Amino acid sequence: MAETVFAPWDDPDEKPLIRFRNVTKRFGDFTAIDDLTLDIFAQEFFALLGPSGCGKTTMMRMLAGFEHPTSGSIELAGSDIASVPPNKRAVNMMFQSYALFPHLSVWDNIAFGLRRESSDKDAIAKRVEEMLKLTRLEKFARRKPHQISGGQRQRVALARSLAKAPKLLLLDEPLGALDAKLREATQFELMDIQEKTGTTFVIVTHDQEEAMTVASRIAVMDEGRIMQVATPDRIYEAPESVYVADFIGDVNIIEGQVKAASDGLFQLSFADGQPPVLAASETPFYDGQNAHLAVRPEKVSIHTEQPDASDNLLQGKVLDIAYLGNLSTYHVELPGGQVIKAQTANTRRLSRRSITWEDPVWISWTKTAGVLLDR
Amino acid sequence: MTRLSPFNVVSLTFGFVFLYLPMLILVIYSFNASKLVTVWAGFSTKWYGELLSNDAFLDAAWVTLRVAVISSTFATVLGTMAAYVLVRGGRFYGRTLFSGMIYAPLVMPEVITGLSLLLLFIGIGMDRGVLTIVLAHTTFSMCFVSVVVSSRLMTFDQSLEEAALDLGASPFEAFRLITLPIIAPAVISGWLLAFTLSLDDLVIASFTSGPSATTLPMKIWSSVRLGVSPEINALSTILIGLVTIGVIAASIASKQSALRAKRDEQAAARAQ
Repeated sequence: MAETVFAPWDDPDEKPLIRFRNVTKRFGDFTAIDDLTLDIFAQEFFALLGPSGCGKTTMMRMLAGFEHPTSGSIELAGSDIASVPPNKRAVNMMFQSYALFPHLSVWDNIAFGLRRESSDKDAIAKRVEEMLKLTRLEKFARRKPHQISGGQRQRVALARSLAKAPKLLLLDEPLGALDAKLREATQFELMDIQEKTGTTFVIVTHDQEEAMTVASRIAVMDEGRIMQVATPDRIYEAPESVYVADFIGDVNIIEGQVKAASDGLFQLSFADGQPPVLAASETPFYDGQNAHLAVRPEKVSIHTEQPDASDNLLQGKVLDIAYLGNLSTYHVELPGGQVIKAQTANTRRLSRRSITWEDPVWISWTKTAGVLLDR
Repeated sequence: MTRLSPFNVVSLTFGFVFLYLPMLILVIYSFNASKLVTVWAGFSTKWYGELLSNDAFLDAAWVTLRVAVISSTFATVLGTMAAYVLVRGGRFYGRTLFSGMIYAPLVMPEVITGLSLLLLFIGIGMDRGVLTIVLAHTTFSMCFVSVVVSSRLMTFDQSLEEAALDLGASPFEAFRLITLPIIAPAVISGWLLAFTLSLDDLVIASFTSGPSATTLPMKIWSSVRLGVSPEINALSTILIGLVTIGVIAASIASKQSALRAKRDEQAAARAQ
């Protein structure tokens, strides 16, 4: 199966659908977006991820036309959209609160946008039925929003925003109001609908798992700046900064001084009385440079007996165990007081678990398990 | 059902007697056969008949009704517009001053409002009559409408308007198709409030009316100064009856809408 990988961001000839160029947005003294440049391509499922107040919602509202950049420009399909009011943009938004019109039925909610631009009753009816079918809402067409469940409301909001076949669909924390199980099911539903309709989706979320699941690319934001834009696996496995490594998933950050060992290998001295740890890195570091090694807990193994030689082997004792059912995270305290987290899959039943509190253990990881970062 | 203690029964009785005894006496004496208000001379409905043939009262009632309907309608339009701008307009220059000024007439003594309007109408040489009363009532009741509507707008989810714009509605369409239908109950209660205020206003109407227009409260007031007549009692009884019917109708309607909302919620629960 020679399927082409969807990666327009790697193709220099590809024209982006949305282009933020040096966009800055200030509210009074507060800078919400700080000189931000970003390309989003057609048919992408693009996630803006960050803590609250990082500017992700402002970016979305600028795309929808509810906010205007203080400086810089935003292009949609090659033309500047700064002067286009929200009701004239080929962009639709699914609101966090869904913003369903309470006095209109599900059917009329979905038809609202279509009626604004056309008076062809048959065409509108056909499109609404299509949307109802896509979101499996046929049975609820005549209900009012307060007569349906939260998950159904979410689908009405999606159907309403997709009805006009926008070039770009903005989703503001679309699954925030759903419970965990429904959210998971809806994530796959969203991806399915995105694929079926071929619409470009930009989703704003603070839920990293949601972003990892649905997105083709993720932009991790902090304080109005983009920290990194990459595919979910790159963001997770090859973060470019401690902030990104720390924001996505769980991570051990070991800070210390670097010393070049051999070709592409570096030794990181992180504490007195501890052997330096070995890490591979493609980016060069000079001797004595301050650096951080980011190692994911699941890449750290834990042993009750000293294992055979490993790239990095440290001894400590178990301080804490976080039992999550499928996984257990062991907090291992090294003699110097540092705590390293090691995660194992609980392939055995709990009663047969061999490691408990205060046990002396060895932890190990390979030289390629972690990422060496300078900031 | 909890049983009321003797103390509760006594306080309830006193409270209601205090509220309704004057009105009850008025109603009873409206059916008095005697022309003397204080002497009971048997049951009769003749004062109602005389009232219907009293053109002065009927004219005053017609003027009052016209003034109330027109002024409350104007006040509702203006008050809703003012409320919309003050709640939605963002932080424009002088907003605090404007919102303070909208609410000031609420606490302004009616005598002053009436007098200042009188001076204005004289100043611009406007003949006093139905039109001036309408203008005056619009002026003082629009701030009541504005208070009622703006308190509704403050809890209105603005993302609904944004969603309408986002789906291609012009700002006016968003207001007409989304905002207005949702805040309609507040607008209607604003209208009813303005209507009631206009209906029973005596002071401002006295200042701003002319010889050609007399409202019902003015007519009642001036007749009472010549002595309370059983006709006035009959007229007041009719007004009390109308208000009672209105209140009962409104409470039945709101009870039914509450029942409907409950049914809807149950339907929603089943759908989950």
